[in-house]
Amino acid sequence: MAVPAYATPFERAWYYIFRIICGLIFCFLIGPLFVIIPLSFNAEPYFSFTQKMLSLDPEGFSLRWYQDFFTSQAWLHSIKNSIIIAIASTILATILGTIAALGLSSRFMPYRSVVMAILISPMIVPVIISGAGMFFFFSDIGLAQTYLGVILAHTALGIPFVVITVTATLTGFDQSLVRAAASMGANPTITFFKVILPLVLPGVISGALFAFATSFDEVVVVLFISGPEQSTMPIQMWSGIRESISPTILAVATILVLLSVAMLMTVELLRRRSERMRGISPA
Amino acid sequence: MSVSMPGSHANPSDHSDSGAQAPLVAADGRPLKVSLRRALFKNKLRAVLLVAPLMLFLLVAFIFPIFSMLTRSVESNEVRTILPTTALAIQAWEGEGLPDETVYAALAHDLKEGQRNRNLGRVASRLNYEYSGMRSTITGTARRITNVEAPESWRDTLIDAHRNWADPAVWSVIKRESRGYTLSYYLAALDMRYDADGSIVRQPESRRVYVDLMIKTLWMSILITFLCFLLGYPVAFLLASLPMRSASLLMMLVLLPFWTSLLVRTTTWIAILQSQGVLNNILVALGVIDDQSRLQMIYNETGTIVAMTHILLPFMILPLYSVMKSISPSYMRAARSMGATGFTAFRRVYFPQTVPGIGAGAILVFILAIGYYITPALVGGESGRFITNFIAYHMQVSLNWGLAAAIASLLLGLVIALYLIYNKLVGSDNLKLG
Repeated sequence: MAVPAYATPFERAWYYIFRIICGLIFCFLIGPLFVIIPLSFNAEPYFSFTQKMLSLDPEGFSLRWYQDFFTSQAWLHSIKNSIIIAIASTILATILGTIAALGLSSRFMPYRSVVMAILISPMIVPVIISGAGMFFFFSDIGLAQTYLGVILAHTALGIPFVVITVTATLTGFDQSLVRAAASMGANPTITFFKVILPLVLPGVISGALFAFATSFDEVVVVLFISGPEQSTMPIQMWSGIRESISPTILAVATILVLLSVAMLMTVELLRRRSERMRGISPA
Repeated sequence: MSVSMPGSHANPSDHSDSGAQAPLVAADGRPLKVSLRRALFKNKLRAVLLVAPLMLFLLVAFIFPIFSMLTRSVESNEVRTILPTTALAIQAWEGEGLPDETVYAALAHDLKEGQRNRNLGRVASRLNYEYSGMRSTITGTARRITNVEAPESWRDTLIDAHRNWADPAVWSVIKRESRGYTLSYYLAALDMRYDADGSIVRQPESRRVYVDLMIKTLWMSILITFLCFLLGYPVAFLLASLPMRSASLLMMLVLLPFWTSLLVRTTTWIAILQSQGVLNNILVALGVIDDQSRLQMIYNETGTIVAMTHILLPFMILPLYSVMKSISPSYMRAARSMGATGFTAFRRVYFPQTVPGIGAGAILVFILAIGYYITPALVGGESGRFITNFIAYHMQVSLNWGLAAAIASLLLGLVIALYLIYNKLVGSDNLKLG
């Protein structure tokens, strides 16, 4: 968007003002994430910059909160729980979601929009209501305070993301490829693994990453249905923020920001790859 | 697909006199129509079977639990199950004066039974919601009559044990709650109650909590949605008008917060906005405010609004961007070439075309905002609370699950209504995540 030749001086000024406004909004979006990174190296147990930090005195910085994090039994236990639960629920959600997306993107699917609306609903229903419902249900069937219970709950919450991303990759998927595979003697299983899956894999992986991120960041449902044994990292952070604000949380937050940068990069690369691949197949 | 069409039959020139000919047949000799119907059915079945496992899983582990939780909002079987003989005997009472001796005797029997089974607590706290003081009335009476066997009059004995048993209002509460279902949770959620003679009245001024809070939640969600629109529109416009390469770089800046943990984003706002936080320190250092008069920007409405606007902003930018991307720049150029000023062209030509995107983004942000729990709970303090915070309170602290379910079902009703509008407007299959 360059300034067109016919622009009036006022429009020229507006062009630059508009860019400045947008710059400020981007600062609002991103700035907060980068404020906490230096704060997590604070030598003092405060949530704000000390005089020493501002004058870049090395004494003002330390890694003590990171040490705190990596030596604390409670934090390490919770991070292990988070990883187990997130991976298990991601696998379940990805398998169920991908298979369902294959059915959903078929043009023969009856009541498509109703079914889609139901499959997306875990994303729309307020988590507090899902959590309350699951609390009673899982207690009744004896899954409350178990890993399996938390995993199943997180599977439900992660499913919409998988369904959305995989159906998005499947739109424009050329059905004649399936027919071509069949005509050359491939059975449906082989067709799926050799033809369909490689093409939708970028969508599947980004859906899986979304599901993983959802589970890895979920507080409310875990708060309702888990016992102390299944305490996850978000729970640990939640109680940390509510009760005793220690900068250890900032260290954890910094690690999580780096993790999200990594996930975003992966998804972005996958998206580009998927666009390239779909560029080859005639849509 | 298993339909094969012999070439001669597919020829359209045959079509006009096909009525006279034998019906079209597929390769296996079946009429083509039947064969096609079968093939279509097979395809349909395959699609349904693929979706079925997930659908079943969600129905069992998600939809059913929520609906069964919501039934608690009208369920009231404590009197029926714990005081069964009383519940039966009181049906004969017309509500005039005090019930007769049989009802008192039945109650005494149930109380003794309950005392032995140690389950009076549930019915006591249930009736306490309806008539305060009933908890001690029931537990106290039960304790006092344990050793009383067949007195002359159970009525006198019970009234002697607690004077509340001489109050017809108590008996009408018991009769009302022995029906097995109740409206009182919904009434409580709407700041209403039954008065002494059983008619529905508003709560006294000092005890009205929920309606105001619901209105406040709605109002704050509208404000957050509006702020998201205000901040999201220019960014989406910029992204849509930049060349692909720089747009996708800037897009990363929008998506990074989207990928970052909610708790992390909330924590950063605490670090920035608290009274010893970054923003206040900058303002003090710049001399804008005194050290003594630091601004209170967190643990109140401001905190909730700022943090939630930040968190929900990507949900506004993404749909706006995808709509703006599809608007051809030649419309604007055409408007300009016909003499419209930049502003008029934007207002009359560009903006109307972005309205669907605004609608999609606004409804999505609003739906997510009214159901938000974590951020208001962490940074909202007293004044920045949402209705969801009361659902959590009644689920976990007061253990008044019926009331929690009643508030939850009101909230869910609103969310579902908005979701249906969203579906009509955008279609949930058009939901995009970056």
